[in-house]
Amino acid sequence: MERKLMKGNEALAEAAIRAGCKCFFGYPITPQTEISAYMSKRMPKVGGVFLQAESEVSAINMVYGCASSGIRCMTSSSSPGVSLKSEGVSYIAGADLPCVIINVMRGGPGLGGIQPSQADYWQATKALGHGDFQLLVYAPSSVQEMADTVTKAFDLADKYRMPALILADGLLGQMMEPVAFEDVDISFGDGSDKEWAARGHNNERKHNISNSLYLKPDELEDRIVERFKRYDVIKANHTEAECYKTDDAELIITAYGSVARIAKAAVDAARAKGIKVGLFRPITLWPFPEKELKAACANAENVLCVEMSMGQMIEDVKLALECKKNVEFFGRTGGIVPKPSEILAKIVEMTQKGAE
Amino acid sequence: MPEFKKPHALTDAPLHYCPGCTHGIIHRLVAEVIDEMGIEGQTVGVAPVGCSVMAYDYFACDMIEAAHGRAPAVATGVKRANPDTFVFTYQGDGDLAAIGTAEIVHAATRGENITVIFVNNTTYGMTGGQMAPTTLPGQVTQTTPYGRNTNVEGFPIRVCEMLSTLSGVALAERVTVVDPANIRKAKAAIRKGFEFQKNKQGFSIIEVLSTCPTNWGKSPVDAIDWLKENMMPYYPLGVYKEGAIR
Ligand SMILES: Cc1ncc(C[n+]2csc(CCOP(=O)(O)OP(=O)(O)O)c2C)c(N)n1
Ligand code: SF4
Repeated sequence: MERKLMKGNEALAEAAIRAGCKCFFGYPITPQTEISAYMSKRMPKVGGVFLQAESEVSAINMVYGCASSGIRCMTSSSSPGVSLKSEGVSYIAGADLPCVIINVMRGGPGLGGIQPSQADYWQATKALGHGDFQLLVYAPSSVQEMADTVTKAFDLADKYRMPALILADGLLGQMMEPVAFEDVDISFGDGSDKEWAARGHNNERKHNISNSLYLKPDELEDRIVERFKRYDVIKANHTEAECYKTDDAELIITAYGSVARIAKAAVDAARAKGIKVGLFRPITLWPFPEKELKAACANAENVLCVEMSMGQMIEDVKLALECKKNVEFFGRTGGIVPKPSEILAKIVEMTQKGAE
Repeated sequence: MPEFKKPHALTDAPLHYCPGCTHGIIHRLVAEVIDEMGIEGQTVGVAPVGCSVMAYDYFACDMIEAAHGRAPAVATGVKRANPDTFVFTYQGDGDLAAIGTAEIVHAATRGENITVIFVNNTTYGMTGGQMAPTTLPGQVTQTTPYGRNTNVEGFPIRVCEMLSTLSGVALAERVTVVDPANIRKAKAAIRKGFEFQKNKQGFSIIEVLSTCPTNWGKSPVDAIDWLKENMMPYYPLGVYKEGAIR
């Protein structure tokens, strides 16, 4: 086990390499540029590939080509750049290819700002591109998790042949914390273990085709239905969440990513006042940990969803709870990070309302 | 006498191209080169949307279908992942010179070690004959019903001339397939492109002046004549750049 003090963005990049990511295709944008910078230094040393593309559109299409060859690869960006990637993401999903995409979110819409935000939840979980598909979405909350989730993302993307997304924000990307890495020998596969890879058939098999075009509607429907069967398996097996002081909680806060850390401080402050509050933190945003949330809210009447947006995850929270709980929202947006004291004030307001 | 057969690098799938369309000839030339170099097993082709979108069914090597214009980026991903793979793209003029301009220019300037087969038929064939970046001044298309007016729609792009200014390019050559002599030259150019790639000597593009009888509203024979009379003066054949970059 190796322990290092690292920025979140760098920890993520190092973990990706250790997970066997051979090729990284980037394009500069704040606040994720450390990922590219790290990759440009480290990849040539370990026999991997770093390439700065001419745009995010090209970067994701390089990923499409590389993933078609059966080789682990990744691209990273921040909100405006991720919008540009959506075309490529849709093609990758349509061709059933594994890869990892990073979004270190900043404020939007448009050019927005460069401060942390969570306003791309809908984009990540509902529609990062046209057509019927999902991405696996992880939301790390610490530098250690930046590293751990990228490893899981590569493994599950491979297993289920689909793109996976790490949804982080500028706070996590820039934050420095100790991070532990398993001791591994860095090695990259050559794609020969992937029977579907379009990497040259060596005159040993029929040609492979990486493709998302099906002009016959019944064929296209079959492909999509098969894909959604895989999604069902993922929903049943790979949801992840953290519960903090939820057992006796009468009010549950739901928050993910860096906001969950702030919410934790608010939980502790509320507990110090004798208010029974807990935190439910989804680690997978898709699939959303519905049963875990329901279980965590068993004894609670009130749920408070806290986000750095105008309220996006709250829709999944309400759906999971089937409108049986009182779900309220507190958020800051545009790059403003909510303070524990603001969250505490909302907790006090909600619990007093209940008492009246 | 050698027997005339279908190249091994083409599958048995019937081509869907219109009668008289020269896409079929160009497919055959690429396949013959792959056969002659014995590289089918090490080749990956990338075909973006356009009339040749289903090239993945016709070429017997591994194939990737790409989004409109993105083939050079996709090919870059394949090549960087496995530098010993032979990678070619097969792109139309709308694809390469309009929506995919950034991708082609940057693949070229990086000296990406790939071979681009660029089919210039002065129109968007697949979507029914709209104006392309290569549509000639005065040419009538579905979206230039009064002829391309350069005051309004600007001027055609001469792709080989433009790309030949870039240091990453090892080969930029314009050919056509209007008669046997030109077909032989076209094949030699494609072979050269693949040889540059084999020796890791840089980016190669072979632009092929091609017909679209359907959208030009001409018989196959008239289409060939129209190409000779109108396209060849505007897009002169020849080598625009040749020489290893590394
Ligand atoms: C993003 C996107 N925009 C538009 C289209 C529609 N489209 C399909 S093929 C094509 C034009 C192809 O023309 P060209 O590249 O010249 O090839 P040709 O069909 O003439 O061989 C267009 C616009 C598309 N598939 N994707
Ligand atoms: S539309 Fe034109 S380019 Fe397309 S197959 Fe027909 S003739 Fe060829």
